[in-house]
Amino acid sequence: MTEPLLRVDGLKTHFLTRAGTVKAVDGVDLRLDRGEILGLVGESGSGKSVTGQSILGLVDPPGRVVGGRVLFQGEDLVGAGEKRLRAIRGRRIAMIFQDPMMTLNPVLSIGTQMVEAVRAHEAVSRAEAWERSRRALARVGIASPDERLASYPHQFSGGMRQRVAIAIALLHSPDLIIADEPTTALDVTIQAQILFEVQKLCHETGTALIWVTHDLAVVSALADRVAVMYAGRVVETGTVAEIIGAPRHPYTRGLLESVPSRNRRGVPLRSIPGMTPSVLDLPEGCAFRPRCDRPTAACTTMPELAGERDDRAWRCWNPVAAEVRGDAA
Amino acid sequence: MLVFILRRLAQSAVVVVAMSVLVFAGIFAIGNPIDVLISPEADEFERAAAIARLGLDKPMHEQFLRFVDSALGGDLGTSFVHGVPALGLVLQRFPATLELALCAMLVAVALGIPLGLWAGLKPDSLAGRVIMTGSILGFSLPTFWVGMMLIMAFAVTLGWLPAGGRGETASLFGVQWSFLTADGLAHLILPAVNLALFKLSLVIRLARAGTREVALQDYVKFARAKGLAPARIVGVHILKNIMIPVVTVLGLELGSVIAFSVVTESVFAWPGMGKLLIDSILQLDRPVVIAYLLVTVLLFVVINLIVDLVYSLLDPRIRLGGGRA
Repeated sequence: MTEPLLRVDGLKTHFLTRAGTVKAVDGVDLRLDRGEILGLVGESGSGKSVTGQSILGLVDPPGRVVGGRVLFQGEDLVGAGEKRLRAIRGRRIAMIFQDPMMTLNPVLSIGTQMVEAVRAHEAVSRAEAWERSRRALARVGIASPDERLASYPHQFSGGMRQRVAIAIALLHSPDLIIADEPTTALDVTIQAQILFEVQKLCHETGTALIWVTHDLAVVSALADRVAVMYAGRVVETGTVAEIIGAPRHPYTRGLLESVPSRNRRGVPLRSIPGMTPSVLDLPEGCAFRPRCDRPTAACTTMPELAGERDDRAWRCWNPVAAEVRGDAA
Repeated sequence: MLVFILRRLAQSAVVVVAMSVLVFAGIFAIGNPIDVLISPEADEFERAAAIARLGLDKPMHEQFLRFVDSALGGDLGTSFVHGVPALGLVLQRFPATLELALCAMLVAVALGIPLGLWAGLKPDSLAGRVIMTGSILGFSLPTFWVGMMLIMAFAVTLGWLPAGGRGETASLFGVQWSFLTADGLAHLILPAVNLALFKLSLVIRLARAGTREVALQDYVKFARAKGLAPARIVGVHILKNIMIPVVTVLGLELGSVIAFSVVTESVFAWPGMGKLLIDSILQLDRPVVIAYLLVTVLLFVVINLIVDLVYSLLDPRIRLGGGRA
């Protein structure tokens, strides 16, 4: 098997707070090949965003990566120094954040923020950096980029700002973009535009993408593969077709059933009972046990992530039968 | 932008007029300067002559109109005590106060912003805690006491710095300044530090609070995700955001430092406006007090206008496009 672009092994990010240790990410394994799009799915508090930030070493204190490895083209980023990480951030791995209203500095012009991003990694003149920023804006579909570069973030709509953030992420044609719920804060129509745009750009440039989201509909439209997270762990992983069509973990099935679908018109929408457990006080064994409709005695110990293949696995003692769901389409 | 400036100027004019009425009415109600000015042995005739000469026999509104009339011509009356134009007297003392106030602000900003940034970026570090504890002292110790302690320590015990006065001055633009000579600079250090202490603490706390808030913003994380160097993140992304509240408060404080450097000027025998004000109040020298207060009001107005303009340079969201909010 060839070395993947990114391999995350047993990543653990804990927050050492006064109330106790919050195990936001507690043993996450992921792998991603060149140009592949991975959907990282989970509810709020499942650790999906922290996973994304841990890869680039961007977790703020009191959070800390306490274990595991992040192998990016064979190089472990967990042990890497700040200087090495800085050389990778923005250049090889870029990030897009959830709220476009918050990711651009309100007191600096778009041009300043783009030019500095170019010049952080390449010794080019201001004029050339400006020209490249102009082209990057044009590429994400922003009209009259010259005028736009001189503007400030508050003069942009949310969708436009997210386009700018995407343009910044694409400046150095990175190998990987980690997008942390980049469309959650946007209107549905803008969401679709941005999704389409990102997908197209990633295909054009061969950039791999980790799309962090709670929205399975988005993932099914965009991703090649999916990893479902629950309480700091990956509970199921597989291709989009496998996850959507034949979920094996009861949590994944629960998520799918709580998405409205045309094929179940008139039937009340199912929801998963209970709520995400407090990460300060996780139940012993499988974290989903208290909300599961089929717990057994075995569930008091943590099941391994296992399945048919390395990249088709689930973390459950009593997986859902591999029926093919009728409303997969 | 032009509309904004014009509107602000009109507002300022209203403030100045209102203040002049208040000041005049307030001052008129205080004591009788004649009792202080003429010798107790003077007879009724001499007394009446003095009152007539100073215009104190006229009704109040007439005195006020006369005052306004001559004020518009730049004449704020003649000092009862010194016999020279009051405005000239105040303005003559103004450079000393301005120099002291600007130096104090410089000390407060030059030390306060880096210290506040540091304390905000590393709130749990030993240095951060020491800085914050120090700023509490700076807030709570009375200025006159700190001034005297400074004199005790650096002038009396160590003998490093002079205890009072302006020292040697040199002329620039026709005005005498202390900071142009080594001796003057030595005289300037202690009073400037004394006056700066309170503002320094204020700047530290403002900068720290701002830094703690801004450092957690997504745009700082995004800047890190772009691979920017820490110096650029702190020096541009964070600094520019925390400067907005700092500039606002400092602008207002600059006015108050100039206007109320009275205590420090008294402790260090600094021949500025503050000292002149205290002396004039004691001698009921009405024209000087009025001239001082009006100059101070004008200063506040001008400084506030400048602050608003700087503010809009720092924060593009309030860049002033006429009617747009």
